[in-house]
Amino acid sequence: MPEDAIRLSVNGETREIHAPPHRLLLDALREDLGLTGSKRGCDDSSCGACAILADGVPILSCAALAVSCQDCEITTVEGLAGTESGPDSLDPAQQGFVECAGAQCGFCTPGFLVSTVALLRRNPNPSLDEIREALSSNLCRCTGYMQIYESVQYAAQKYLTRAPQQPIPRIEAADD
Amino acid sequence: MTDAHATPPAPSVIGNPAVILDARAKVAGRGSYTDDLSVPGMLIGRILHSPHAHARILSIDASRALALPGVAAVASGSDAPVPYGILPIGHDECVFAVDKARYIGDNVAAVAASSAEIAERALDLLRVEYEPLPAWFDPEQSMCAESHWIHQDRPRNIEKEYHHVFGDPEAGFGRADFLASERYFAGEVNHAAMEPHATLAIWDPDERLIVYSSTQVPYYLHRTLSEVCDMPMSRIRVIKPLVGSGFGGKSEVNPLEVAAAVLARKAKKPVKIVYTREEVFYAHRGRPRTIVDLKAGITREGKLSAVVARVVQDGGAYCGFGPVTVLYSGALLGAIYDIPNVRFDGYRVLTNKPACGAMRGHGTVNVRFAFEAMLDRLACDANLDPADVRRRNLLRAPCTTPNGLRVTSYGLPECIERVVEQSGWSQKRGKLPLGRGIGIACSHYVSGAANPIVRSKLPHTTVNLRIARDGAVTLYSGAADIGQGSDTMQIQIVAEVLGIRPARIKLVAADTELTPMDLGSYSSRVTFMVGNACLDAARKARSRIVEAAAARLNCPATALKAANEVISSERDANTCLSFAEAAALAIGSDEALVTQGVYAPPAEARGGDFKGAGVGPSPSYSYSTQTAEVTVDLETGHVRVDRIVAAHDCGKALNPPAVEGQIIGSVYMGFGQAMQEEMIWCDGRLMNPSLLEYRLPTTLENPHIKSIIVESLDPEGPFGAKEAGEGSLAATIPAIANAIYDAVGVRINSIPFSAEKVLAAIREKERRVPGAAPDGAK
Repeated sequence: MPEDAIRLSVNGETREIHAPPHRLLLDALREDLGLTGSKRGCDDSSCGACAILADGVPILSCAALAVSCQDCEITTVEGLAGTESGPDSLDPAQQGFVECAGAQCGFCTPGFLVSTVALLRRNPNPSLDEIREALSSNLCRCTGYMQIYESVQYAAQKYLTRAPQQPIPRIEAADD
Repeated sequence: MTDAHATPPAPSVIGNPAVILDARAKVAGRGSYTDDLSVPGMLIGRILHSPHAHARILSIDASRALALPGVAAVASGSDAPVPYGILPIGHDECVFAVDKARYIGDNVAAVAASSAEIAERALDLLRVEYEPLPAWFDPEQSMCAESHWIHQDRPRNIEKEYHHVFGDPEAGFGRADFLASERYFAGEVNHAAMEPHATLAIWDPDERLIVYSSTQVPYYLHRTLSEVCDMPMSRIRVIKPLVGSGFGGKSEVNPLEVAAAVLARKAKKPVKIVYTREEVFYAHRGRPRTIVDLKAGITREGKLSAVVARVVQDGGAYCGFGPVTVLYSGALLGAIYDIPNVRFDGYRVLTNKPACGAMRGHGTVNVRFAFEAMLDRLACDANLDPADVRRRNLLRAPCTTPNGLRVTSYGLPECIERVVEQSGWSQKRGKLPLGRGIGIACSHYVSGAANPIVRSKLPHTTVNLRIARDGAVTLYSGAADIGQGSDTMQIQIVAEVLGIRPARIKLVAADTELTPMDLGSYSSRVTFMVGNACLDAARKARSRIVEAAAARLNCPATALKAANEVISSERDANTCLSFAEAAALAIGSDEALVTQGVYAPPAEARGGDFKGAGVGPSPSYSYSTQTAEVTVDLETGHVRVDRIVAAHDCGKALNPPAVEGQIIGSVYMGFGQAMQEEMIWCDGRLMNPSLLEYRLPTTLENPHIKSIIVESLDPEGPFGAKEAGEGSLAATIPAIANAIYDAVGVRINSIPFSAEKVLAAIREKERRVPGAAPDGAK
């Protein structure tokens, strides 16, 4: 298979790889560019662990060809930090997953973070149902999702105020 | 140190929220899992799986595969003919099938090549000649087989059977006023950990093997590699990177781990193998399909008088953990309540399907479903409140159950009360409108198996603690954090005892070259056992540091406390030394202060002496009570689980958010098994080997889960702690089953509770009582 030069713009940097045209974006990121933050949890685009932002829109990098992403600005989990308040700071979404125990084993976390960032940029103050809808393409086997919702709500508060927050109240069902 | 008053007293580390150790790396995409590792010259391995469920292997021709440019090695049965297995009594599998393949997906050969594409092409070039044999797929047929046994030394395909009687069950039934006898089914489920299994094996030029693997049991992997590769353990190093969870699926040695090692040695190069998701399902080791024939009786007052269970587990083609799984289903059958008369007949049956194994709630889950559903039925027959029936059958702890399980702490009564109160049980049960219902159930689990898999008198775990002259603390522990936060727990315990900030402590973990032996992350043992070893090591270090400080400060050691990075007098805070100053005094002219902590369960916790008594005993047990609320669509039979309230007695929550994460995660997994997960087989072929078709619950189906921590303070647990990671799972399924009954008056005895089954039961009820709305429970 001939290998062509593929130019990708990833996390603000332009990178060139040499790969055949059927190279998946996920493989290009993980193997050619050493960006192993995006994970492969399945073979059929069902787990969401490989989600990345293409021009701000979450897509599955296991279901995209690298060649077809040459005109996009790609953001992986490695590129989320530093966008809000300086190069060393975690994005509020990342802070939320740290502070609210949204990550256990952490394997699905990159995909959830990408979906969370996309959600909060689109809808800075989502309801619980909107959070569930936005995260429904990401699977987590550890958390039972509850602490992930709290992580997203924590991030939403931080996005809204851009200021440190007290821990937010726990999610309760309507009749609690 | 001059003014200890300058700093406010540090809050206790134990019992306060602690961010898990590697959370920041995980959210930044810097967490390194096995598949994230690569080394120069690394080859990619792929495994050839049998297309036949049961077939003799007549020949394997690798010549065309070996001729393909880029192929470095091909391995098959003769390259690693030593049989292995997690149990000493079950060394019945080879990494590559030697004489015959025993399930579709069985490992036949493997290839290492310079790329995944070449490795896959090479698999296609392997020529294997099979002679298909009759295969066994149904356990009840398999256990009657007269010929073509799956393993020649297992007549009638029975891997193991156990028969236990405690008390006099028949006499117990004679005293009962209400009896029930039912057959229950549970479908087969898989752990579906998000990280597919991965192994990187490096063959060192000095003829040493370095293996990175996504494992829950580095020590058992180390042992098995030594046996199969016929190399001393000292020439093998096993390292566990971050693991993307396990739930039991990585708690025995998986074929890819041995295959990568065999290929690396043959190719003399590093070899990485990563399972596809389909391979994960076929590697399996999940919860077996189970048939439970159950009979139980209660008196008019709601007192359980006897229970009899016959359990058949469809174990698949190899032993694995099988005998342990079936023994757990008997050992924990009656031990949650005070039941004087119990009979258990358990059969682990071989079939031509992937081997089952340990999965969260190991062995206890399907039997707990049957028992708690039957108890609900008996309560209704006796016109008693199901919550109240559970209250009337409590143990009087501390006690020893009829089958020899020592109960040292028992938070079940409080779990029941908290859940009844928080769920609004009394206002809801039997009072919700038709189609809506609430159910209750309980469960329990071990805090570590009291007996090791390989019988030995050695400690179950050892940790080493090293304090350097500058006050830096390093903990060396073999425990395998697989995402549950056990690394953080260990640091919390050491920090608490030494009175120092957790940030001062560095953890070196799960590397057999550097860390002492720990048995692994299974049977919910790490908090209790490794936690106790950390406590032991830290107390020894503290005592030496405090004694050195006492000598310098000229006061008795008993008058000193260690807190807030300071060793100070209880009476006069100005009489003090910093932790680092005191540590340097204790080190003296040594290189460092080094202590060792160990844990072994006490002899009295190790159970009775009947056959099979070794499984079930634990130094301590967790308890859980749950209510589930459901809405049932009368037209379609579809059940929506709206809310689950789960109270879990974890002894003491060392890190409350982590404990809540374990409770909620267990409930979620129980919900998945109850409502939608099932491995569907057709003649040994899996019909749904993907996460989409297997139907892992997403955010859209998952119910609202409220977790309640109950702390019974176990007398032997570290700071009173016991397990939190498994015990809650089993209660979820029967709580949902009982809620369905409360909603529409039908009992579904088969997991999962699919719309088809519920609708059929509603129709059947309508047929039996023409014109009657399905309101039996109302």
